[in-house]
Formats: sequence, C-alpha cells, structure tokens
Amino acid sequence: MEPFKTFESKTVVLPVDNVDTDQIIPARFLTVTTRGGMGKNLFADWRLDPDFVLNQPTSAGALILVTGENFGCGSSREHAAWALVDYGFRAVVSTSIADIFKNNAVKNRLLPVEVDANTHRELVQSPGASVVIDLEKKTLSLPDGRAASFPFDGFAQHCLLNGIDQLDFLMQREDAIRAFEESSPAEPA
Amino acid sequence: MTELPSGKPLTLFEKLWERHLVAPATTDHPAVVYIDLHLIHEVTSPQAFDELRSRGLAVHRPDRTFATMDHSIPTLFDGDEPLFADEKTRNQVETLQRNCDEFGITLYPMGDARQGIVHVIGPELGLTRPGRSIVCGDSHTSTHGAFGAWAFGIGTTEVGHVLATQCLLQRQPKILEVRIDGALARGVTAKDLILAVIREIGVDGGLGHVIEYTGSCIASLSMEERMTICNMSIEAGARAGLMAPDETTFSYLEGREFSPKGKAWDEAVADWRTLPSDPGARYDKTVAIDASKVEPMVTYGTNPGMSMAIEASIPDDAEEQSLAYMKMERGDALLGKPVDVVFIGSCTNGRLEDLRMAANILKGRKVAEGVRVLVVPGSQEVKRLAIAEGLDRVFRDAGAEWREPGCSMCLAMNGDGVAEGQLVVSTSNRNFEGRQGKGSRTILASPLTAAAAAVSGTIVDARKLMDQD
Repeated sequence: MEPFKTFESKTVVLPVDNVDTDQIIPARFLTVTTRGGMGKNLFADWRLDPDFVLNQPTSAGALILVTGENFGCGSSREHAAWALVDYGFRAVVSTSIADIFKNNAVKNRLLPVEVDANTHRELVQSPGASVVIDLEKKTLSLPDGRAASFPFDGFAQHCLLNGIDQLDFLMQREDAIRAFEESSPAEPA
Repeated sequence: MTELPSGKPLTLFEKLWERHLVAPATTDHPAVVYIDLHLIHEVTSPQAFDELRSRGLAVHRPDRTFATMDHSIPTLFDGDEPLFADEKTRNQVETLQRNCDEFGITLYPMGDARQGIVHVIGPELGLTRPGRSIVCGDSHTSTHGAFGAWAFGIGTTEVGHVLATQCLLQRQPKILEVRIDGALARGVTAKDLILAVIREIGVDGGLGHVIEYTGSCIASLSMEERMTICNMSIEAGARAGLMAPDETTFSYLEGREFSPKGKAWDEAVADWRTLPSDPGARYDKTVAIDASKVEPMVTYGTNPGMSMAIEASIPDDAEEQSLAYMKMERGDALLGKPVDVVFIGSCTNGRLEDLRMAANILKGRKVAEGVRVLVVPGSQEVKRLAIAEGLDRVFRDAGAEWREPGCSMCLAMNGDGVAEGQLVVSTSNRNFEGRQGKGSRTILASPLTAAAAAVSGTIVDARKLMDQD
C-alpha cells in the first residue's frame, strides 16, 4: 500500500449535523458485490437538488469535505467510505465522527479528522478555503497559517504513513491467536 | 464476584474485554481481541470474500462463522420461487451461497427453518450467549448485548479481518451506564423506552462508549424487550449495548439448538453468573431514567433522537431541515395525522412478542381503508410460532399483508419500499431521509402504536383502543 502523504486542497462545506450513511449512500445502491464505482451514487438523493453543494462548479476537484457533527452515523455500510473515496475525497473534517464510519474510513485511506469547534467554525465560514492536512504532524493548516492539531489513532496513523495493511499486521499474530485458542477458557463454537 | 488480585471491582464490559484479549494494547498497536461468533449476510460480505480470494486466504474458523440471508431477499414468493426485486439482489444472494460453499461456512438460506434476520436468529439458535464476543457487518449487532455478550457492528474490511484471523484490532471503549428504574406503564413498551433514552442522551451521546443498561426496569424485562433496547444503542452512537445476564437470560437460552447441554450447561451458567458488574464498579458516565415517566413515543424528524410523547406537539426548537423533509411544523401534533403505510417487523420489533402486541390491537378490527400494512416476522422460527398461535390469521383477517421473514421495509433494499412522500409508521429503527424508500417519511413507534395507526388510518394513542378491548 502506498504511504499517505501530506496534501493540500480546497474544501467543500456541507454544514449539516448527523449526516447518516443512508444519505452518503442510499440502501438501494447496496445491491452490489464489488466496491468500485460507488462515487456516482454519493449523496445520490441530495444531489438531485441543483443547489446541493456538490453540484456547484466551485466544488469540483476538492479533496476535503467539511461537515457537521456526528458525521457517518447509522448503518455500518463501508459503501459510505467507498463512495466518498471513489468520488475523490481524501479527508472528512468534523467536530465528531461516528465510530464505525471512522473505522471504515481509515481502512480506505480516507482521513477522519476531528477538529475543535473554533477551527470547525472557521472552516465552515470559509468554504473553498485551501487547507493542508499533515497526517504525520496531525495538523490541519488554515489559510491564515494557523495549524490546528487533531487527534488520530497512533496505530492507524503509523499504518497509513508507512503503507502497512492492518490485515497483514493481524496475520503476523497467528501464533498468538493459536495460543489463545488453545489456552483460552473461552467456550467452544 | 470476579475480582482482580487488586480487588478492583469490574464492570461487565471490563470482564468481557479481559476474556477476549489475545494481545493487550501497547504504545504501538491497539489490543488484538478474539471474536467468538461471526455472523454474516449477503450485503456486507461479498467484498470481504473477494479479499480473501485475492490473498489466497482461508476462513480461519468456519465453525465460528454463520451466515444467513436477510437484507436483500424478497418477502414474497411464488410457490417456492422468491420474487427478487431485480437481478442485482438475486446475484447478491447467490454470491453468498457460492462464498459459503467455497469457504465451508454454515448458511441458513431462504426457506431454511433457521433463516431470518441475523439479529433474530443468533439468539433463537442459542448462538448468542453471555460472555461471548460477537460481530457482524451490521450496526444492529448491538442487539446481542442483551445477553451479556460484547456485540458490535463492523465494516466489510473488518469482516475480512475476522474471516481471516477471527480477531480484530480494538481500542478499549468507555462505558456509559444508563440506569433505568421504575416500571413501564400499561401501553408503554421497550421501544418507547429506548426512544426516550436516545432523546435523553442524544444521537451522539454514546460515541466512543459501550452502553450498559442497568436498573430494576431492565431486570424486569423479557429477553425480547431487552433486545429491542440494545438493538437501538447504535442510534445513540454506541457501537454496543450491554445488559447483565440473569435468570431471564438463562431460561431463554436453555435447550436452544446451540446452547450447551447437560453438565456443560451447568458450568456455563455458573460462569455466566460471574459476569455482571461488581458492586462499586466504575462507569465513565451515568445517566438515570425513570421508566414510570415514559409515555408511548413517536419520532417526528429524520433521526431517532427527534422524538416525543405521542400526545405532545413538535417542540419549538426542532431542526427545520428535518421538519421540512417530514412536511411538518413546529407546534404540530402528530395525533390525527393520516398515515399511508404501516410496517411491523425488523430486528428491532420483529419478534413473537412484538407480533402478539400488534395482533392484540388488530384482532377483531380492520385495517383502515387506503392504508397498506406489512407484517414481516423476523425469522422463520418467529413465523412458525406466530402461525401456531393464529397470529397470521389475525393479521390477514384484518387486511394486513403477512410476508416471509427478512429486513424488508426497514431499509427497503429488497423492493418492499414506501412510495415518495408517503407517511409510514414503522416499528423499525431509523427514520433517516429516504430510509424506507426515496422520499419516504418515517415515524418510528412501538408495535402497539403501529397497529393502532393501521386500524385508525391516523396516528392515535393505542391505549385508547386497548381501553375498548
């Protein structure tokens, strides 16, 4: 896997709280058996509105989605992360991001970035602003030069920066897993 | 009482966590935790099997993996022939069959006596048991926590991790205690209680937490009621909900197909008795709810936290975009609103007790003209038991559609959809925009409230109908 690098992009701002994964990718698009090509159905129902932010020419090419709190709540469908990545996003920035979505995002090299309320307000008030996200330093740099730091799981950060696959990491624990299975009082299947 | 040498009292969750540690967390990596039971279905597994194939991997523990079909299967059949919504859903179901054949996984397909919604059949079969760690590529896996199991939803990449290694990388979550004392009033159900809890703590109140439900009210509930509550923990942002196993839990499980038998059963029960949180165990946060004050609840907005007592009016601070979608206004009452569709089913309220509640209202009454009512049992076993009691007759006689088991109209990916603009009273778990079909408007409620809406054609307080019986 390719190491994750610092990148700069303008933002798209979707200032809605509690955006659930049914909005990100409605269930009728889950009848697939592959993970590719989901970007065309990202926010499918909201995109029917010509005024929706992703329909604005200014949004084209943006890699960073700034959105309201509790982003990605609801269903565990990883299709939501696949759709955002396939569409072109590389980071979602919010004050809080739902647990399962956050997990799914990281596995797909989509950065879940949780910033403080002040930074968030500044981002929401300046849609299209150019922002730099540095995963190594865990900072998001605003146009005024201020760098806001964000929390990020140390292991996920290490995996992304070094191109390490989490399944490979688990597979390397095979001996420990076998030992656990043999010694554990855990009940049988 | 299980105590560490230090004597530190532990919560139920801490005990579950300790039991499943293959490797504790270090500064370099999260904990590696063991998964006792992996449940899979047709929608969130195909890409994980592809990943295994592309890496040349086997399923590490097919004996700990069970599959069923629930999300995209039709609930209508022509004889034995399932009437799929389209070729894509058929392909998804056939793909699961092929993957289970190839990797040696037990599958309960359509028509099998054990088939049903994954969160209904796990407990029914005795696969869900206290002390276990359980995952599934579905957020309502929190349901199984009602048994004192650590159960949570995962994405497809992690489905692949569990298939390949039976393990996951996990950070230890915090624990939120939701203490519920007091008794539910007549006509108030577990569904109303969990809607009240979500309104109280908010749809993000459980982020980063496991919820343990405690208190005298929880102890008094049946397993089916407990499952309804744990099921919707995710709607408060908590990946898992937990309840202490007790005599109610043990008597539910005794004799089920996969439950331990004989001496093994006695040993298992003795072990399960050590699981409940120790006196003095510390929670990160505690919220208290008085169950006796809870009223029948309905949602009015587009997330499960936007709810109110059925006789109340939409609050003045209700979020406007949601209300615009719902075609409702601040100050509106929901009582008296005409409904188009009623859905009784889902992993939240698709079990036998739920169907009994609905049938009690529908018995001797007719579905109101112009209202479409869909009753979908949560599993083949629920269907069998309901038929044995004559509940299917009650539903059919009233004019409701009695369907085959599955997720159906809860997420409407199998063709059981609500038309654009229609108002549906649903016993399911999510009232998100478009959840039950593009442009559908959902009111979440209990089976009693849903059945009352079916016969009245409007939203009514089911207690009024119960008084007439």
